[in-house]
Amino acid sequence: MATVLTVDDSPSIRQMIKVTLEPAGHSVIEAGDGAQGLAKAQASRPDLVITDLNMPVMNGMELIRSLRKQPTLTGLPIVFLTTESNDALKQEAKSAGATGWITKPFKPEQLLAVVAKLVRS
Amino acid sequence: MSSIDPTEVFRQEAAELFETLEGALLDLCQRPDDRELVDQAFRALHTIKGSGAMFGFDKVAAFTHEFETAFELVRKGEIKPTQELIAVALAAKDYIRALIEAPESTDSIIGDAILDDLKQFVAPPGAAAAPVAEKEAPAAKPAAQAQPHAGWRLYLEFDSHILCNGCNPLDLLDDLCKLGSCFAVPVIDGIPMLEELEPEYCYLKWDVTLHSDCDKAAIDDVFMFVSDEMKLTLAPLEAQAEIPAPASGLQIELVEAEPAVEVAPVVEAAPAPVQAKEPAAKEATAASEQRRDEPKRAENIATVRVQAERLDELMDRVGELVIAQARLTQLASSGSDLSIKMIAEEIERLAASLRDTTMGARMVPIGSLFGRFRRLVHDLSRDLAKPVEFVTMGEDTELDKTMIECLADPLVHLIRNAIDHGIEDNARRAAAGKTEKGRIELTAVHSGAQVLVTVKDNGGGLNTARIRAKAEEQGLIAPGATVSDNEIHQFLFHPGFSTAQTISALSGRGVGMDVVKRTIENMRGSIDLSTRPGEGTTVTLRLPLTLAIIEGLLIRVGGGRYIIPLSAVEECVELMPEDQRSRGRNFLNVRGNLVPFLKLRELFRTKGSADQHQKTIIISTGETRVGLVADQIIGNHQTVIKSLSKLHSDVTMFSGATILGDGTAALILDVVQLVAAAQAQSEKQISEAA
Repeated sequence: MATVLTVDDSPSIRQMIKVTLEPAGHSVIEAGDGAQGLAKAQASRPDLVITDLNMPVMNGMELIRSLRKQPTLTGLPIVFLTTESNDALKQEAKSAGATGWITKPFKPEQLLAVVAKLVRS
Repeated sequence: MSSIDPTEVFRQEAAELFETLEGALLDLCQRPDDRELVDQAFRALHTIKGSGAMFGFDKVAAFTHEFETAFELVRKGEIKPTQELIAVALAAKDYIRALIEAPESTDSIIGDAILDDLKQFVAPPGAAAAPVAEKEAPAAKPAAQAQPHAGWRLYLEFDSHILCNGCNPLDLLDDLCKLGSCFAVPVIDGIPMLEELEPEYCYLKWDVTLHSDCDKAAIDDVFMFVSDEMKLTLAPLEAQAEIPAPASGLQIELVEAEPAVEVAPVVEAAPAPVQAKEPAAKEATAASEQRRDEPKRAENIATVRVQAERLDELMDRVGELVIAQARLTQLASSGSDLSIKMIAEEIERLAASLRDTTMGARMVPIGSLFGRFRRLVHDLSRDLAKPVEFVTMGEDTELDKTMIECLADPLVHLIRNAIDHGIEDNARRAAAGKTEKGRIELTAVHSGAQVLVTVKDNGGGLNTARIRAKAEEQGLIAPGATVSDNEIHQFLFHPGFSTAQTISALSGRGVGMDVVKRTIENMRGSIDLSTRPGEGTTVTLRLPLTLAIIEGLLIRVGGGRYIIPLSAVEECVELMPEDQRSRGRNFLNVRGNLVPFLKLRELFRTKGSADQHQKTIIISTGETRVGLVADQIIGNHQTVIKSLSKLHSDVTMFSGATILGDGTAALILDVVQLVAAAQAQSEKQISEAA
């Protein structure tokens, strides 16, 4: 089962992700902004990172770029959350190094499907 | 923590967000130019929208979305937030708050009014962009689902950096397999050479046949995250089968594993007929040529006469080519240029086949030589009154033409000897119970890179005692010394050695066997004698196939490199320190047998210090084995033999020279001379020791 790092300034989103993934057997680590997310990713080497894009201190785009520069985290799947189906934004995040995205609002099944898609035991 | 109702967490969070939003909006009244405040307000709105949708507050999400869209120009800095605008925003905030806290008692009319107000302040550009985008996707589905199909043929080509972005193509293939029965073939033509290969890049492409009734959307779903980082060529299986692709086009696709599913039949169809035509056209012309040439060819179909010098010249050129090619190969292998390497390999292959063909052109069946001896045997047997049956075998064994010419004289000697000395006279044959007719067999047979020519008689065999007596008489051995029969027989090859009691016109002058031996050795061949008293004698000549190019073993002694003909090499062993220690006695223990060895460094008076691990190459001529000690064994070398100049004709250790890949020369060791030298040395040591 996977260790998932969720990076979001919204505690309710983090909570939502947590209550969806934990019953499925995954463990969830939380971070409130990009800088925290980067530190926790380095410390705990998660199997998957789910990050928001709009965040204080360090936004999601910067987090993705920083994570991709970590030699110890190569190949780490990174999923970003996006509200609108904004192609330009998606493109920017993808070129920053994101693996995939989840469009808000999402249902718990959708989240589980994305985790299953990107993390293999 | 996980037991807490997430909706409650959202309400709490929303309350905080509203405070942030309100604070930011109020501050904007004072500092309308502060961009940070705008961003702050937007972030709050954004979170409310995203989270709201997540927790089922659809109205909140819808309204916030509209509100956000309307406010977009402010965010971009194109419109300054005026007091009126901020007032509307605050009203909107209150409305959203009401939607969350008391959804039932909140009327959507208020929301519509707020939005209308907002739109008055800002131009309404692209407010409906999102819904349109959403509509597009479902529209595509029915079209794809319309016709049933057996499955899909996919060609997947990922961007090389795809692995860096945390995507694993194998997982995607896995997902495809879940859709139905799936057959994936990797296409490997994109994999670069090792030195250019980036370990984190994906170079593989896949050709996938998927048998499934899934629709295109399901496949798109598999690749949803990577659709812009890959080339996905997708075709329904059925539709492909329906394409009346020309058979040739399809074949090409299979043979070359041409993967571009949709493009292949169309593109390949064009050249296919041309290709089909070409051989046909060639055949046609060939056929007509044949017809035209037929009358002529019938006459001289078998051979073309070519002057021998031309063949020699050709062989020389090929030799030069092999040397130049070796240099090219060495140059290419030291660089990293792949295309040069490929050319070098191609040329190596061509040079090797050209060499073989050229050598083949010089090959002549030995039968042409054997024919000459019939008359000789006939005449001799009549003169000596010894009826002889002459049998030849292996006439079609091929040998270099030059060698065949060189072989004529030695064979004449051997056959004369066989009749004169080997075959007994009638009386003695009758006494021994043998047939009246003697028998001489002349045989040629291939043995590896050598040709064995044997002259066998069924005469009385060599008289070992008489040869020994003669050798003692000539002072070649000490009387009573223990010498093996084989060694005694070797005296027959000594110059001026003859046991014939009477000197006849044919033999007994002692100028036969030594000349034969020298001639054979000059051809880098060897001669062996074996005899059984009363049963006969067999003389075996071992000859290389050609004089021009040999397989050699390249070794290094000090700074110089030398070639040992590979045919003479038996094995290579390391020279053990204990072998070196026994001073004055250069013997090597090879599996229990003592083998004398020569230190090439001493022989060549090499300066400088020897390598720590000395290697010994065991060479042999017939029965005799000798070790040669060198610094290093470099490896096999295709050796083009160049003869030494006349100035060096008195150099005995070397039989020739060759040019190595780097352009330097290497001397070819004369195996026969070295073996003789080693024997002389060991004899000297033995006598000194005695």
